[in-house]
Amino acid sequence: MSERVTNIIIAGLGGQGVLTASAIVSELAFRAGFDVKQSELHGMSQRGGSVSSDIRFGREVFSPMVPTGAADYLVVVAPDQVEVNRYQLRPGGVLVEPGAVDAAELINKKSSNVALLGILSRHLDFSEAAWLEVIAAVFPEKLLAANLQAFALGRERA
Amino acid sequence: MNDPNKLLLSGDEAVARAALDAGVILGTGYPGTPSTEILECFSQLGGRAQWAPNEKVALEVALGVAFAGARAMVTMKHVGVNVAADPLFTSAYTGVSGALLVVSADDPGIASSQNEQDNRHYAVAAGLPMLEPSDSQEAYDFTRAALETSERWKIPVLLRLTTRVCHSRTLVHPRAAGPAPKTPHFERDIRGRVMIPAYARPAHRRLRQKLSEIQVWNETSTLNRVIDGDRKLGVITSGVSYMHLREVAPHLRVLKLGFTYPLPMETIRAFAAGVERCLVLEEGDPYLADAIRAAGVVVESKPEMYRFDELDAGRVRRILAGDTSPETPVPSGKPPQLCVGCSYRYVFEAFRKLDCIVAGDIGCYTLGAVPPFEAIDACVCMGASIGVGLGMRHVLPAEEARRVVSVIGDSTFVHGGITGLVEMVYNPPPTGHVVLILDNATTAMTGHQEHPGTGRTLEHEPTGKLSIEDLARSVGIPNVVVCDPATDKPGFERLLRDCLGNGQLNLIVARRPCLLIAGKIKDYERAAEQCCETLAQEP
Ligand SMILES: Cc1ncc(C[n+]2csc(CCOP(=O)(O)OP(=O)(O)O)c2C)c(N)n1
Ligand code: SF4
Repeated sequence: MSERVTNIIIAGLGGQGVLTASAIVSELAFRAGFDVKQSELHGMSQRGGSVSSDIRFGREVFSPMVPTGAADYLVVVAPDQVEVNRYQLRPGGVLVEPGAVDAAELINKKSSNVALLGILSRHLDFSEAAWLEVIAAVFPEKLLAANLQAFALGRERA
Repeated sequence: MNDPNKLLLSGDEAVARAALDAGVILGTGYPGTPSTEILECFSQLGGRAQWAPNEKVALEVALGVAFAGARAMVTMKHVGVNVAADPLFTSAYTGVSGALLVVSADDPGIASSQNEQDNRHYAVAAGLPMLEPSDSQEAYDFTRAALETSERWKIPVLLRLTTRVCHSRTLVHPRAAGPAPKTPHFERDIRGRVMIPAYARPAHRRLRQKLSEIQVWNETSTLNRVIDGDRKLGVITSGVSYMHLREVAPHLRVLKLGFTYPLPMETIRAFAAGVERCLVLEEGDPYLADAIRAAGVVVESKPEMYRFDELDAGRVRRILAGDTSPETPVPSGKPPQLCVGCSYRYVFEAFRKLDCIVAGDIGCYTLGAVPPFEAIDACVCMGASIGVGLGMRHVLPAEEARRVVSVIGDSTFVHGGITGLVEMVYNPPPTGHVVLILDNATTAMTGHQEHPGTGRTLEHEPTGKLSIEDLARSVGIPNVVVCDPATDKPGFERLLRDCLGNGQLNLIVARRPCLLIAGKIKDYERAAEQCCETLAQEP
């Protein structure tokens, strides 16, 4: 297992499923046997304010927060949150932007978060099966189909 | 592969699980970010959890449990300890028969609070042992250790968390659950439990005696540990600061303190003597640095600018480098806003229209202070709206006084507003007064918890319900009106205008369930009805 810690930030607005997306990625890394830390500030997140969550995984992780400007991947669910979070990305880091998947193509518009994870999944070293297993574990039955579609769409567009 | 026994838990979840594994028989508290999830999770895991009207009552209930020989937990955010401080201080004197864990979740950086107070000072002021975890594993281990310490020395113990520890998920390896809780029973101990001066004086001495024994024990406790490294610079640290430090300077020698009151001062002295330079790294106030210096140990501490806000890896790197140049501000995100369609909107509009002077309170409605409304003129602590409004009414010239209104949410009213109403009846201002209660049938701000006014328990099951309007009438408020500003805007405006100027004491209850919870409330009510029907059908 590599010594390096992978740093991911998922950002957006309250109600966009930032924390759910973050829970999926951290659970995935956890199941793959990594040390994982996931951190978020969600004091008043349901009131539509900015929300962001840090996920770090590797052989051993200390700080739960991605050091400033050290994100390998920045996934942003809200168009107006790209610029305010860009400073988090390291030089050469990958930005996954909200425009990458057309919301009109989604069965459920609220699944944009998972669609962007579909794109992210192309960059990370986890099998598609592992992703699908975690997604199935996170969503209740009635939301699952829409989220699986969103994930597949994201993977296709990546 | 991760060990199958490992779990990925937030600090709050880890505390809940540890409390359950340690045989905590009752958990109580009042919601407050970042502590709220502890009791919610404790309940989900099968623990007995309940919301109290406020933190003072919660602590008293937990103390009663611990007097009865059982293990109790009480949870609150940092400012909740201010409310609970009265019983807290004297509980250090009475001690407990079982165990009492007091969880204080501090909020460095003010993610969601009205101040940035550092509750480590409470441990010193009240004389309560304190533990400070740095991640979820420690949150689990320290919760169990705190309960063991409490039971061993018969003293309440403070578990001091911070937002970053509460809300970060990290790996936890839970231990086997302890033995089943003992059956509570009462043992009379009048001298130990009745704090009249004659019994309180020796109790204070007993407390100090316990603390000095605990200090000796703490010198060899495994809750504090040394991480070997370069002796050019040694760092003494606690809480999540330790994690940031290991991130940026894994080569340094570190004394990582977990049990931070009473401090293991000989261990600290020896550590400082064993390194060329010694730095104390901590978030918030210089609690450790001041105590260590007061003991005559020479240490360096962070520059004053790092007292404010959370620490992170970057700031720790700056502290290690002695860098006091201005920090680059991070771009500010979008602030939280009132939900579209929230009925509070109509209330703020009326305030603006009538040019009210608004003594506000804490809840979603505090968002009325920011644009586009800018309709709240003060917000201090839960319940303060009523007293502050009355004070202004007492002294402002009559024409200004008649513009003053106190506005408070239903949960906040139950928490800290009731005595304000009594004050209003007892010392009425010459121009009268208006208290407006925004009753949205929930504690929205912290994630929609129940409270005594909703008539449902923490688990959303029916229980006794406080009627705000009956309470107001019974304390002697002559004009009590219930209305819904969302369905009759002009009517509400007229009502408010009349009340402001009528020279009487008025209480208006603006009642409409929070948009985000209205559907759920219907579900709870339906479930309760079905339950009653089944009960009725049973022979
Ligand atoms: C002493 C104290 N305890 C807890 C909190 C956290 N807190 C802030 S407002 C609030 C209650 C809000 O409920 P309510 O008054 O019903 O207003 P709403 O958010 O529903 O509009 C709580 C629990 C606090 N700020 N101070
Ligand atoms: S959560 Fe409820 S009370 Fe709070 S702003 Fe939204 S609708 Fe209003």
